[in-house]
Amino acid sequence: MALPPPDPQFVLRGTSAEVHTLHFYCGGQEPDYPILFSGSSNGLIHVWNLKTRRVDTILDGHGGKSVYWVEAIYGRDRLLSQGRNQKICLWDLAEGRNTVTDSVFTENVGFCKCSLLKVAQGHWLMAMPGKDLDEVQVLELPSKTSVCTLKPEADAKPGMPMSLKLWQPDFGSCPFLLAGYEDGSVILWNLSGGKILSRLACHQEPVMSLDFDSEKTKGVSGSSEEVLTVWSLDEQQNLKVQKTHKLVNAGIADVAIRQDKKILATAGWDHRIRIFGWKKLKPLAILDYHTATVHCVSFSDHSRPSERLLAAGSKDHRISIWSIYNQTSGALHCPLETRKPD
Amino acid sequence: MDPEPFEVGHAVREAINILSSSRNGVQISEALGTIKCYLGGTENQAPLKEREEFTRVHFSAFLRGLVSNLSPDWIELLTSDQQKELWDSFFLEGPADQAFLVLLDSIISMGPSFRLMKVISILEQFLQTGRMSALMWEVCHQQAQAGLPTFQETLLNKVVCLPDHLCNKLQGNNLPIFFPQNYFPLLATEIIQVLQRISDSLRGGLDCSISFMSQVLGKVCVHGRQEEILNVLVPRLMDLTKVDCIWQRMCWRLVECVPDRWMEAVVCGFVQKAPGADVLSRLLGNLVVKNKKAQFVVTQKLLLLQYSYVTAVLQNLLGYLALDSLRRSLLIKVLKELLETWGSSSAVKHCPVEQQLYVSKAILICLSHLKEPEIESNRQELLTSMMGGMKCRLDSNLPRVRRLGMIVAESISSRITTDGPSLKFQYEDDDETRELKSLQQTAPLQLHVTDLPNAGRNNSPSATPKAVSKPSGNPHPATPAVPEEGSDLELDSDDDLVPYDMSEDKELKKMKAPVYIRDCIEVLTGSEDMDKWEATMKVLESLIRRNSATTREVSMELAKVLLHLEEKTYIEGFVELRKRALVAVTIIDPVPVVQYLTSQFYSLNYSLYQRMDILDVLALAAQELSQPQASGKNKPCSTQSPCIQTVSGSDSSQNWRRIVDERIKSKTHRLAKGQSLVEPACGPNKFSSLAGHFFFPLIQNFDRPLVTFDLLGDDHLVLGRLAHTLAILMYFAIHTVAAATMGKSLLEFVWTLRFHTDSYVRQGLLSAVSSVLLSIPSERLLEDMTDEFLETQSWLEDVAEKDPDGDCRRLAWQNLLLMENLLKKTQKCPYLVVGGNWKQREIALVLRVAESLASVL
Repeated sequence: MALPPPDPQFVLRGTSAEVHTLHFYCGGQEPDYPILFSGSSNGLIHVWNLKTRRVDTILDGHGGKSVYWVEAIYGRDRLLSQGRNQKICLWDLAEGRNTVTDSVFTENVGFCKCSLLKVAQGHWLMAMPGKDLDEVQVLELPSKTSVCTLKPEADAKPGMPMSLKLWQPDFGSCPFLLAGYEDGSVILWNLSGGKILSRLACHQEPVMSLDFDSEKTKGVSGSSEEVLTVWSLDEQQNLKVQKTHKLVNAGIADVAIRQDKKILATAGWDHRIRIFGWKKLKPLAILDYHTATVHCVSFSDHSRPSERLLAAGSKDHRISIWSIYNQTSGALHCPLETRKPD
Repeated sequence: MDPEPFEVGHAVREAINILSSSRNGVQISEALGTIKCYLGGTENQAPLKEREEFTRVHFSAFLRGLVSNLSPDWIELLTSDQQKELWDSFFLEGPADQAFLVLLDSIISMGPSFRLMKVISILEQFLQTGRMSALMWEVCHQQAQAGLPTFQETLLNKVVCLPDHLCNKLQGNNLPIFFPQNYFPLLATEIIQVLQRISDSLRGGLDCSISFMSQVLGKVCVHGRQEEILNVLVPRLMDLTKVDCIWQRMCWRLVECVPDRWMEAVVCGFVQKAPGADVLSRLLGNLVVKNKKAQFVVTQKLLLLQYSYVTAVLQNLLGYLALDSLRRSLLIKVLKELLETWGSSSAVKHCPVEQQLYVSKAILICLSHLKEPEIESNRQELLTSMMGGMKCRLDSNLPRVRRLGMIVAESISSRITTDGPSLKFQYEDDDETRELKSLQQTAPLQLHVTDLPNAGRNNSPSATPKAVSKPSGNPHPATPAVPEEGSDLELDSDDDLVPYDMSEDKELKKMKAPVYIRDCIEVLTGSEDMDKWEATMKVLESLIRRNSATTREVSMELAKVLLHLEEKTYIEGFVELRKRALVAVTIIDPVPVVQYLTSQFYSLNYSLYQRMDILDVLALAAQELSQPQASGKNKPCSTQSPCIQTVSGSDSSQNWRRIVDERIKSKTHRLAKGQSLVEPACGPNKFSSLAGHFFFPLIQNFDRPLVTFDLLGDDHLVLGRLAHTLAILMYFAIHTVAAATMGKSLLEFVWTLRFHTDSYVRQGLLSAVSSVLLSIPSERLLEDMTDEFLETQSWLEDVAEKDPDGDCRRLAWQNLLLMENLLKKTQKCPYLVVGGNWKQREIALVLRVAESLASVL
């Protein structure tokens, strides 16, 4: 008999709005404490202290419009946030400040989250939905200069981009962009030429979220249908479906692969978080805590594996924090009963 | 005057004299030797003229003499070599026809004796040494020079009836070679040999008549030995006609010359035995065009009057018609006639379903053979008959008939509509529909298959579809296996991660279901929230059963709501959920709800579906009420009684019959053992006081048509359902006070409707009769309802014999058996006074039942 799934380690309440995005920052030195940023539908960004489990700061910079992407740069001192007021703000959080120092106006009104990639010390690339409906724009940060605009050919008609993932095979090489589109296809873009390298129609419905493992060059995508698809990228830069998994209930809002590439978490419209083994997409756990759609999942990048956490934000205004499959050795993780007495 | 004839005659007489009188072996052998000279073949033969004279005039008489002198001590006068050479050789080497006749005549006339044994052994040798072919060859030869018709007639009779004669004579001691299963194949090989000789002589420029062979073939076939003779003949002819045109002509002639009265048997045999249409065409040629009788058999009898043949026969037959331009006009004619039958509403009502299936198959095969221009020129006609046929078929209450109609109509429409969409129906595929659909395509393929050498063996109908489907079926299971293996190659796995329990991962229920019945009513009547509505539907039944007191307060309202409830959004099993809820309400508060439901059944403005739902609900409620159950334990009806599932039209009657069958079985058993049935659970039968409420309002108004509802007119589906429901109610009313009264009115109901044209209705009526017989105590039945009982019995006898529907006949027989059992039981009760003619009737009945059982087995 398998163990019953664990309960959340703790739950963060108090956003008083739907939680749309989560971002951990645990990279600081020892006196620092891990931080969780959350963006909610009332336009506020909460900065949670995971040691005290309380809100440190509340940032209000999106005019009450929902925030659906946050990511920290320069350690914990700068934060990027994307809101429905068509602005991407850069926050200065150093030494207790909380001011918007810069912002980019996006002409897009969709729900597509941006994707950030650090290309060099102090230089980032940010992919964001562009002015035209089916366009993706890539900016260089902090200069905000446009690197390229990726627009599919007129007859391709993939619809709006729904989710983006910038990645590069190894540090310094030419970056690629994976974009999931409204028609259910995933497109691999080459940023240097602005060309489509491969297109894979892997869903019938819009791709709600995707994540990519650049080591194994395979990725996963979820859509509003009841299928989770894993696809891989071969040497010829062709995407092809590797495996699909049928879910009990339809709709995946978010997928995230843990940094150690061991497990995968999905945020389900059916209020449940699902954990899969990343190698073979083996279902591992169903975390059933929330009472409404789960909007986002995020893994912490804690330096100590045993302290790695999983956070999930939901429409029920709560953020659940889970500690799951974070023992380094498999034997330690084994439930006690299954170990042989010696 | 020529002196020679006298001389030969003299010699023969003398020899016969010696044979009959002499007791000297040498003298006898000399006499035989003398006569032998006239046979020829020896070194000192007589002149040709004398030999001819001997064979023509004296041979038969001499042989008879030989046979008549035969006795154990006489034959011992000759050594065994002499016996063989002098005695046997006359029969085996002389003219075969005469020898054969003499042998058979003497066998027929002799009683069991040494002589008989000897003659039979000679006959055995005669057959073994292939003299039969010599015999037939002689006749064919003579025929070319006009032989004697009566002689030939006798010979034909004897050749064909040889197994019968010998079997009659020898009974248990018959030799294997004379068994029909051995004799006729032998005859077939001999026929082939004769044909071989004929073909040789034709090649040599000599004329030869084949008509005796045709007569033999025809007579054998008409005697029912098609199987044995054609099993050998057809494959041989098939091989021989493949390349040789003389053989082909001979074969055609062989069939053409069969006399008309035997033509049917021969053609049927060939059609069944030929492995494919092209072979049939090669063997029969244009027989159907030349011979009226054959044409009738092929185009009418085999297609429209009989329906017992397998699909392969149909394919042969229609393929044969399609293979030649002369015959194609017949194919179109046949199709039109088939469509006429298919489209006639009286055929739908009065033909057994099996025949309708057969006709449908024939139509589909015909269609597959038609070419575009032929369809073009007949399009209008095809369309008209399709529309007509489709209408009366879709009208039918039997789902199988409806489905057949749909498939045929679909395929006709797909052939006649070149552009634009063709007809498309919704039905569930089963083996039958798949077979039918495969007929639309496989016909041309069939022709190629038959060229294979072993095609002759697999002429079963399933052989071809199986062979086709297998290779296409195989790759499918194989393909998913490949990626599976591929992923296994990945050595590292997630095995170190132990999964948690995932059993809770179920379909998400979006809405909380209401907890109070009043809330349910509110949701069902007003709510626009589909999720809530769906959740309500799912909990309603259990809610009703749990809160009986509350339900009673609102039962009428709830029944009304449920009866008028429409499926606003798709829910799985909505109809079933609604029905179960209604049943639950009915059970909690029976009297007012049943009153309401029965009154609604006959009121205006309901759809047929709602009316049938009412019937189903009543039947299910009656079942549950009648079942004994411990008080307090309210199990939901669905789990308790899977036997009545009156959801779809087809199932209900099926299940019904099963119940009746079981019931009959238990009844019969009980009577035989004289024990009473022990009920597993005890409790008051709640239905007993309510049966009348269920029954009488339903049976009251069936003959009063409303504007929108006419049971005796178009709505015979509902009438059939009503009959079945009444039967169910009657059945559950066993041991109730009202049973006798109910039974009486039910029998009257049956009596008024007994000649209904719809077989579904008749099935319902027969079920009703079964229920009456089972539920009413036999004394009441025989004393109070004697007239009805007798009338019903005579009607049942009629149905059992004449009804076109097989199920009706079976039900009728079951009823008759039940009646018989009842009568037996009453005979055991001495106080019952019954009419004097009972006994005779009963004996007749038992005999009939036994007959029917025998015919079924």
